[in-house]
Order: sequence, then C-alpha cells, then structure tokens
Amino acid sequence: MSIFNSLTAEQFDSIGRELDAIRNREIADLGEKDAKYIRTLIKRQRQLEVAGRGLLMAGFLPPAWLAGVACLSASKIIDNMEIGHNVMHGQYDWMGDPAINSQTFDWDNTCTSKAWKHTHNYEHHTFTNVLDKDHDIGYGILRMSEDQEWEPRFLLNPILAGVLATFFQHFVAVQSLKLEDYLIYKTKTKEEVKAEFKPTWKKMRKQLFKDYLLFPALAGPFFPFVFAGNVTANLARNLWSSQVIYNGHFPEEVEQFPESVIENETRGQWYVRQMLGSANFEGGPLMHLMSGNLSFQIEHHLFPDLPAHRYAKISPEVRAICEKYGLPYNTGPFFKQSFSVWKRIFKLALPGKRKGGGKGTLATVLNKKPAPTGEQVPISRKAA
Amino acid sequence: MQQTQTQASRFHSGVQRVLRSRVAQVLSYPHGVDRYLEVMNPMWSTGEVRARVEQVQHLTADSVTLTLRPNQHWQGFIPGQFVQLTVEIDGVRHTRCYSPANSVHNGDGTIELTAKAHANGFVSRYLREQMQAGQVVSLSQSGGEFALPANRPERVLLISGGSGITPVMAMLRTLCDEGHSGKITFLHYANRAEDMIYADELAEIAARHDNVELVRCFNGGDTAGELSGLFCREHLLEAVPDYADADTFLCGPPPMMAAVEALWDEEGLDHRLNKEHFTLAAPQVDSDSAEGEVRFARSETLVTNNGANLLEQAEAAGLKPESGCRMGICYSCTCRKTSGQVRDLRTGKVSSGDEQDIQLCVSVPVGTVTLDI
Repeated sequence: MSIFNSLTAEQFDSIGRELDAIRNREIADLGEKDAKYIRTLIKRQRQLEVAGRGLLMAGFLPPAWLAGVACLSASKIIDNMEIGHNVMHGQYDWMGDPAINSQTFDWDNTCTSKAWKHTHNYEHHTFTNVLDKDHDIGYGILRMSEDQEWEPRFLLNPILAGVLATFFQHFVAVQSLKLEDYLIYKTKTKEEVKAEFKPTWKKMRKQLFKDYLLFPALAGPFFPFVFAGNVTANLARNLWSSQVIYNGHFPEEVEQFPESVIENETRGQWYVRQMLGSANFEGGPLMHLMSGNLSFQIEHHLFPDLPAHRYAKISPEVRAICEKYGLPYNTGPFFKQSFSVWKRIFKLALPGKRKGGGKGTLATVLNKKPAPTGEQVPISRKAA
Repeated sequence: MQQTQTQASRFHSGVQRVLRSRVAQVLSYPHGVDRYLEVMNPMWSTGEVRARVEQVQHLTADSVTLTLRPNQHWQGFIPGQFVQLTVEIDGVRHTRCYSPANSVHNGDGTIELTAKAHANGFVSRYLREQMQAGQVVSLSQSGGEFALPANRPERVLLISGGSGITPVMAMLRTLCDEGHSGKITFLHYANRAEDMIYADELAEIAARHDNVELVRCFNGGDTAGELSGLFCREHLLEAVPDYADADTFLCGPPPMMAAVEALWDEEGLDHRLNKEHFTLAAPQVDSDSAEGEVRFARSETLVTNNGANLLEQAEAAGLKPESGCRMGICYSCTCRKTSGQVRDLRTGKVSSGDEQDIQLCVSVPVGTVTLDI
C-alpha cells in the first residue's frame, strides 16, 4: 500500500507549506558563508588536480603514482559531485559570479553541461521516479522497476549495471540521445542519433585527448604511467559516482510512480513524490563531501537549488516532517543501501511484477485533491 | 638595471604567451587557465583586469577614496572615462561605474576612485564602511565618450556637482601635470563646504598654477565659497565671462546637468559642451499591481505587463525561450535581466534593479523590465 493513500489533500498542502517555509528561510540566509564554502572547495579541488597530475608525471615511482591517482580521483569526484553537479543546479547562481554559475559552468566529465541540465535538472528532477518520464530509471539499459516490462536483454541486468558503472561518464554523456530508442525500439533513426551526438562528441573528444594523449605525452617516456593513472582516476570517479547515484533512487523501498501521478500534481504532492522516490545514506563529513551531499538525496530532491552543504543542517527538520505525516524517510549506512540496490538489480533480471502494490489507489487519491490554493507555483508542465 | 628590466618583461610576456597557448587551453579544459591561476593568486589572470586595494581614505564624512593597483592587463584610461568596479558583498557580486580621478601621469600606475556614500547607495556604502586595503576587486577596461581630447583644448571649463567631481578632477590633474598653458576654470557645486571632495588639493593646485581658477559654490546659505546657491546664468557671467570660448566638461546630478545643458543649448554652444550623466537608482514600484511593460530586447518585442510570470508573458508574445520544469527547479529558462525589478513567486522577494540572471518561470515583473531574449 502506498503511503499516498493515507494522506488527505489538506495534509499534502500543509507538507508543501512546511517545506516551502524551510526553503524560504534558507534562501533568505544565503550569503558570504556559502560563497566562501564553494570558493574554498573549488580552490582545494584545483590544488588536488594540479598535485595529482604533477605526481603522475613522476608515476614511474610507485608511491608517486599511487598518490597521483588518489589526488586526481578525489579531484574528479569533487569536481563532478560537490562542485559541478551542484553549481549546474543553480545553487550558487545568486552570487552573480560567472565562474560559479549554472549557465556557464562546465565539468571535468565527457557529458556536456547542456545535455546534463536537460536530462538531469529538468527530466530527472521534475519527473523523479515517474516511469517513462525519468530516464534515470535504468538509463535505458537496466530494468530498475517492477513496472518496467521485462525483456530478455534484462537477464544481463547485473552485468549491464557493472558496465554502466565502469563507463558511467560516457553513458551519462550519451544519455540524452536515448540510444535504446535507436538500438532496440527502432523509434529513432541513425541520422537523428548522429546529429544529436555531434555536440557530445565535440566535448568527449577534448576530454579523451586531454586525459589519454596530451597529459601522458607531456611525460615523454613515462607516457604509460600517466595514461594508466588517468584511466584509473576516471574509473574511480565512475564507480563511485554511479554507486552514489544508484543509492539515491534504487534501494528496494524507494517508490516509483505511474505517469498519471503528474497530472494536476500540487506542490505538496510533488514534494511527497520526491521524498518517497529518494533515499539517503549515512556517513561522516568526508562521505557527504565526496558524494556531493547526495547522501542527502531526499533533501536534494526537495530543494535542488539550495547549496548542498546546507542539507545536513535541514535534514532533521525534513525527517521530522516525514515522521509527523507517517512518511518513510529512507536512510541507512552506505553499504546497506548499496546492497539493497544490487539486490534489486539482480531480482529484476528475472521477469515478474511487484506483489500487491498501491499504484492504482495512488492515482485515485491524486484525483480527489482540490485545486491548488494561495500563491503556489502552478505545475502545468509540457512533456519534453 | 635596464638589462634586467627587459629580461623580466620578456619573461613575463613569455609566461603570458604560454598561458594563452592552445596547449594550455586543452590541458586546463573545461575550466580554462584563469580558473587555475586565480586559485594561486587572485591577481593572476590571462586577460581579466583585477586590482588590489592599496589605500582607503575618507576625504569627507560621506565619501571614500580608493587607491587601486591593477594587474598588467589594465590598459589605462583617458581622463573623464569610467571603469566598472565589481565587488562582492555578502557573497553577491555587484558592479558599479566610477570615473578614475587621478592624473594619467601619476607615475605609479595606480587608479584612484572616489565614491560618495548615498543613504540608499548599497555599493557606495559598502565601499565607505567595509572596504579595506589588501582586498582584490575586478575592473573593466575604461570606457565612455566623456574624455579629454588628445588634442588638448586651450581654454577649458570644468563644471561639476557633488561626486561628479571625479572625472573632471582627472582632467585637471592631468592637464596640470602636462604643464597646460591655457586657462582652466574649475567650477564646482557642493551642498556644504565640508562635503566638497578634494577641497584642499584643489585650493593648492589653484595656488600653484596661475592659469587655474577655482570657483566653489555652496548651497543652503553656506557662503564659504566664491559663489552660493544653484547653477544659474549669473554665476557664469560673474565667474567665467568668457565661457563661450571654452571647451566645457560637465558632470553632476541630473537637475544641475539639465540647467547647464539648457543654457548651452540656448546659446547655440552645445557643440562645445561635453557631458557625463549620472545613473540613478530605479524608482520604487508597487510590487503587487501589474504595471509597466516587458521588453524583450534581443527579439525587439515589447508587451504590456499583464502580471503573469515572465515565461508565460514571453510565450504569449510569440517567443520561444528555452524552458523546462515551469516550477523553478531546473534553471532551463534562466536568462539575463538587463534592467528593472522582478518578484520571485516562491519567496515574494523583489530583486534589485541591477543586471542579473533570473528564472523566467518563477519571476513576475515589478514595473518595466528588460530581458535579453
């Protein structure tokens, strides 16, 4: 039974109001400490990167190679997670600094910022966990929901999940192409794919040239050491960031929704869908930093444009709201959440639907709710 | 000595060439070389002008004078021109225009900016109350048509009011450093004698140079100056009877500028009058009623503000700005507002009138707004 059944329209509205109040309070408090935080972090990341690339030039010495890989991996992870992902969400747009702005920022990743903002900021964050609307449910490769029709290719679910994680940056880079529409469902032509791939290839080329040719070439005879170091750093970033992202939406208890859920959805209902569709994981400050604070995935989905370092502070309030309305607040240790994700990946390799399930009743509840009142932002969306 | 200097400058330009090279671009992709340089030293850049604040002085009670040392990308200015100064206040960048007041021959490469702190001048108040030596600020290159001609005019009349003194101060100081032989009259209007910026230095210059005449005019019954009251024809006839023969440079608050312009127009002398207008803070508009118009500058479209969010108004006007979630979370519809104020539908907060990025789908115009779409 979905928890949606137990909530009244009034409850949805008051959840919306309570969460809006948290957001407004935090937005009003934005200032120098946020600017200082992000600038210091950018500084540390750039230092790590320079140190990592420098150490790898001496990569023929094993300790230098290991330290170089560690620095460069950390640099790439921080660049992508706590800086890139969050800056591209517009979390720091209010600063008016063109170097830390969602419209201009680009990251050390083969995915273009433009494609990322479309598939992630718009599609994934607006239609979170809505089947056929949120492409992050399986990335067109995996079966991540019981309600996704089973196909023989999903027998490879665990293997494909491993391949996706290994080459995560490249899969994310081509995510906007929806390659499965061309390769499997044949609803897209080769020409369309080619045209859409052009800007992505332009960026991919530069990233690959930099990491796998130019930096290794600078090392002269030690080319192979730098090459291997860069491969390892990119791999470390791919494996880590994919696991962080899997943990955010794929632990077993996380709900997925039918498309009917977004019709006339109020702000309160949108908030509740974000909470039911996301999961956190626990850890220390370093864990939160390296995961770009996506360890607070629930808070991030409620307030994607709030500087992520603030999620830790507001998480007890969000948790209290969940408790007050009987909503689950899905969290647990990193390894527990990861295990749960992989269990789901293995289970869904085989055909079969979820037993019971409250999906039908969920739609019924949503249709009962009154029109939005007060000054709410209307949520009338166009399909992409 | 000469030898080491050329070596040092050759080294510098060599470093700059390397940093601007194609290889450096690829290695630093996608962030760019500047994003790594500024981490090491905020003054370092491959092209952007940054400056360190060397000195902060308060010449009058409500003004601040900053001495800035720019990095090597600063290309200098012509007396009268302005620069855009960008400072960060509580995490938010603000940009304002100021005219350097120093002589271009001051010899040490510094720039002197003077700002008067107005009661609602957010940035000027910050400069006066918070700015400290050692801070690094961003500058634009100089710009503006208001400038001393390269072919220096013989007879010069400089008229200024309040903080409009800065560009004509640069002109006076520069002309004096050049040993200008023609007559220069410096006619300045201020509310009270104690509010007059550069009062001591001007008196000293006038005493030192026979060709420089200082005429001070204070308002509100203050008779400490050579004249008193607001600008009028009588002032001119008394202090500068040969004004028709002079090249005149004017900078001051709008009412004063209008009075001077009217007189010069009337006498058919407008071609001898060079002027610099002050920019004024936008008037406050009631944030709840739909007023004014929405100007879509790039598509040259104008509609009457109907109170709906700007995304809807743009689409109703036939434009197709990029958009996504329509609820303020995805930032797809972010665009540049070049002027006017907007209200955030979520927080109710009214923005400043500065140029800034806004999200169309959650912003409603407060009065007339201009967007770069």
